[in-house]
Amino acid sequence: MDISTQKPQSPPPLPQPSVTEQKRAARGATRPGDRIFLGLTRGSGILLLVIMAAIAVFLTYRASLAISKDEGNFLTTFEWNTGAVPPVFGIAVLAFGTVVSSIIAMVIAVPIAVAIALFLTHYAPRRLRGPISYVIDLLAAVPSIVYGLWGALILVPHLNGLFGWLNDYLGWTGVFSWQDGPPRSMLTVGVLLAIMILPIITNVSREVFRQVPQMHEEAALALGATRWEVIRMAVLPFGRSGVISASMLGLGRALGETMAVATVLSPSFTIQTSLLDPGGGTFAQNIASKFSEATEFGRDALIASGLVLFVITLLVNGAARAIIARRKEYSGANA
Amino acid sequence: MSTALVADKRPSTLRGARLPKWSPWAIATGSIALGIGIGLAAGLDSEVQWGLLAGLLFLLGTYGIAARVEGRRQAKDRIATALVWVAFILAVVPLASLVWATVQRGVKVLDVYFLTHSMGVVADSEPGGGIYHAILGSLEQVGLATLIGAPIGVLTAIYLVEYGRGSLAKAVTFFVDVMTGIPSIVAGLFILSLMLMLDLQPFGFAGSLALAILMMPVVVRSTEEMLKLVPNELREASLALGVPKWRTILKVVLPTSIGGIVTGIMLSIARIAGETAPVLLLVFGNPFINANPFEGAQASLPLYIYQQYAQSAGSQPAYDRAWAASLTLIAFVMILNLVARGIARWKAPKTGR
Repeated sequence: MDISTQKPQSPPPLPQPSVTEQKRAARGATRPGDRIFLGLTRGSGILLLVIMAAIAVFLTYRASLAISKDEGNFLTTFEWNTGAVPPVFGIAVLAFGTVVSSIIAMVIAVPIAVAIALFLTHYAPRRLRGPISYVIDLLAAVPSIVYGLWGALILVPHLNGLFGWLNDYLGWTGVFSWQDGPPRSMLTVGVLLAIMILPIITNVSREVFRQVPQMHEEAALALGATRWEVIRMAVLPFGRSGVISASMLGLGRALGETMAVATVLSPSFTIQTSLLDPGGGTFAQNIASKFSEATEFGRDALIASGLVLFVITLLVNGAARAIIARRKEYSGANA
Repeated sequence: MSTALVADKRPSTLRGARLPKWSPWAIATGSIALGIGIGLAAGLDSEVQWGLLAGLLFLLGTYGIAARVEGRRQAKDRIATALVWVAFILAVVPLASLVWATVQRGVKVLDVYFLTHSMGVVADSEPGGGIYHAILGSLEQVGLATLIGAPIGVLTAIYLVEYGRGSLAKAVTFFVDVMTGIPSIVAGLFILSLMLMLDLQPFGFAGSLALAILMMPVVVRSTEEMLKLVPNELREASLALGVPKWRTILKVVLPTSIGGIVTGIMLSIARIAGETAPVLLLVFGNPFINANPFEGAQASLPLYIYQQYAQSAGSQPAYDRAWAASLTLIAFVMILNLVARGIARWKAPKTGR
């Protein structure tokens, strides 16, 4: 049966309302109840924007109080001595530690997360997919402090052997040398962060891979491609931008993670070139560990380092969102 | 007879030789055995190494055998499959280990006494004490945060879905997305900067404010998704009957999507219940029971775990308490998750997806 023949004839054109009436109707604000309700909802939207702006303004204000009294260069000083007269502090070590630990986390987590996403969309037996997705969601739901406790008391002792190995075979590089301290180093932090950001990267990548046009895959299969060739030729090119933005969302989490790093790392204010030796620090970890004995000025200095972290995560997340926004369907915000 | 059977079973020349179906399992078993064997023989003390060895052997074995029998293209396919499986197992192992460790070590001191007493007169390194004060603090802080964060989040989502056109809505959408990525410690620092300016001492409600900031964007996102699922026909039917838009939203749209909205709010509660960093900065922790969130330092469950770990200089009773509190926290978060998903399934709008 042809559907088009059943369509009713289009009604005769109604008299068009004036432009202002149209605008008012579109906003739906014609009755008092409507106006109040619209005001309420729009008000809370604006409140969110105000909060974001307030975060930036207040952090900048308190940070400027501290930085103006800083005798060292805030960006390049290798010290954090806010109690000294005059105070000397800088974020060089923290920036280094934050970047290094996040890079390690990304190097470990991204390939595994993409593999798991492929596993969920293309490899796992259909009956297993639901339960496995649920397990990944559970990974995301575990509070970070519990990861920290687990990392410090279970993961650290188990890494002794691995660190010994790395030292034996790769110690000559200097990056993997190890002087027998407890393995509470940047590499341990990176491993733990990798476990923590795995779920978000997996979830967003999975949504992307699900949207690969079935036709592309079937065409590749029909040409005799193996499953791997289908993934390499049809799935990965389609999902590349999605995987990139998923990774950046994960990166944003890794940069700002506090408690897991604070429990696992044994910090020091030096740049540690070996990934296996304890030492170094990250922005968030430094704030959490230094906070309780900080004076008011010390707190302002910590707020200054927090401002840097805020700006970095804002840039990373904004970039990730911009990539995602081009393909609206898979916002990963719920992941 | 037998020769004919064998001839029939010979692989067809079209498809080329194939490994039998059980071969991945066989290779996996073999490589695990080898990994354990080598680990024992070489005296490697950590299971992490055994696992890595077994995984590596599995990959190499798969590639070697498959390349021999099936050719290089098929071997690549097999190694990709093997890699994907290994990656999946790599992800499950830490979760299993974490759950196992928490349950096994947590049940040691977790009993009614532990749940109903505070740390008031117990030194951090001594046995005894409990988490009553921490549970109380957590419930109050998270409850207040929900009272602030959930309505604002839901209202914002309603604005974005029902009214939002133009640049304001676009800006709100973008900043909600960016806000989901704010590190929790930065939210804490924001409230801290306010407290420094007003010269306030730590108190529970300050923590609630930071938690509310962390909660809002999550609620907005999930509520938005749910409101979008409500079929437009329902709205149009109601508007066509002359019902004002705000009553349409309150009486038609929200009841239709209430299940999903509640689910989203519960998931966001589960998320903020485990936040430690802002609570550390703003609420400070307190071994005594303080039921007033508006005055004086309070305790909270995640903060309690951190302080038992960090301030006890490695004493076993404190670690036991930390594990028991972790178990309580995980149980709370998981139950919230399960109930939320249950509600989502039970109340899902029937859109025929």
